[in-house]
Amino acid sequence: MTALLLRDLRLAVRAGGGFGLGLAFFLIVIVLVPFGVGPGAQTLTLIAPGILWVAALLAALLSLDRIFALDWEDGALALIATSPLPLEGVALVKAVAHWITTGLPLTLAAPVLGFLLNLAPPAYPWLLATLALGTPALSMIGTFGAALTVGLRRGGLLMSLLVLPLYVPTLIYGAEAVRRGAEGQGAGTPLMLMGGITFGALALLPFATAAALRVNLR
Amino acid sequence: MGWKPTLRPLPSGPALVYSRPMLEVRDLSVARGGVPILQGVSFSLGPGEALVLRGPNGIGKTTLLRALAGLQPPISGETLMEEGAGAYASHADGIKAQLTVEENLAFWARVHGQEVPEDLYEAFDLTALRTRHAGTLSAGQKRRTGLARLGVTGKPVLFLDEPTVSLDRFSVTLFADFLRDRHLAKGGAAVIATHIDLGLEAPEMDLTPFAASPEASGGADEAFL
Repeated sequence: MTALLLRDLRLAVRAGGGFGLGLAFFLIVIVLVPFGVGPGAQTLTLIAPGILWVAALLAALLSLDRIFALDWEDGALALIATSPLPLEGVALVKAVAHWITTGLPLTLAAPVLGFLLNLAPPAYPWLLATLALGTPALSMIGTFGAALTVGLRRGGLLMSLLVLPLYVPTLIYGAEAVRRGAEGQGAGTPLMLMGGITFGALALLPFATAAALRVNLR
Repeated sequence: MGWKPTLRPLPSGPALVYSRPMLEVRDLSVARGGVPILQGVSFSLGPGEALVLRGPNGIGKTTLLRALAGLQPPISGETLMEEGAGAYASHADGIKAQLTVEENLAFWARVHGQEVPEDLYEAFDLTALRTRHAGTLSAGQKRRTGLARLGVTGKPVLFLDEPTVSLDRFSVTLFADFLRDRHLAKGGAAVIATHIDLGLEAPEMDLTPFAASPEASGGADEAFL
């Protein structure tokens, strides 16, 4: 398991590994938004929670199809499936590797980019908390989507369509918690609901992912 | 889900230890894409034995090996093998271009809970390539790295699908030596699909007589399982 995690992280940071792809996309979107909507500080403050969350979600979506596609193409997935590693564990490790290379950098970069969008000061801890708690769900659900479409040519489009509806609850609760935090209201409830989605996904989706991989490997 | 190649344990007992097969295939039928292609395949392999599968392209060698390795369920019949004893190698090596030869082998060794034996590099003539990134290797060198992976799985039964593709004559000899001296001589077994002569003293099985007749049905539900 650790070997697989380390290998995936190593592949991500080597040339062409796609590390930083999501982060760069996130950065570009957030930098461009003030140019698009105009420099009105109040407008930006108003839309900042939603924009930050939508951009983070799309950035996470960007690198999903790499999760299994590369291992599928060079045959490593079939070899891993016939190795002693349980496929459920492989699914979880793949999601963790995706989170470390995408969700974690997004979470850490978000406060800096929130500054660009004139995010209200009380919202910063909530932005960090929701992204830290919500991005693992994005990675896990995305891993499931990637497993469903592995082996399909141009499966990326289908995967996006499958995964986006599943991302919506996390987006709603995440952006809502940040918005409430910005207005100084209690944001505990949406945060807890989002946590529920994350932990539910982490508990159940490795099994669904493994089942999808088994079917697609036949 | 959850299909396992082992359907029931082999009978055990001290008197049977030497005679008991490592892999026994009984009346196996396999399908590809829901269409049955082989039926009634039976054979058994003991320690130190290898079986070479022959037959024209498309007869079902790959499908049979995938079924034996547990990647796809057979339509009928059974495969008796100690659970988790098989290792599979196909045309695709699973070698990552961005990692060095050493890193690739070390990864597969750790996955199987093994160490990379120092003399493995020598056995596959990889000593000079150890720190090279696999992406810079030639097709044959890459294939040798992929085959060296078999030396770190620690599995007694190998399922090899066209292992010698893109190997030159010298490398084929290296691979045959590896199979004979480091695997079969140590009590391993192997099922090999190949078109060339590896120089192993192994029985050959032509799969042509086992081709499934067109009216043979079954496996229609495969697509939805």
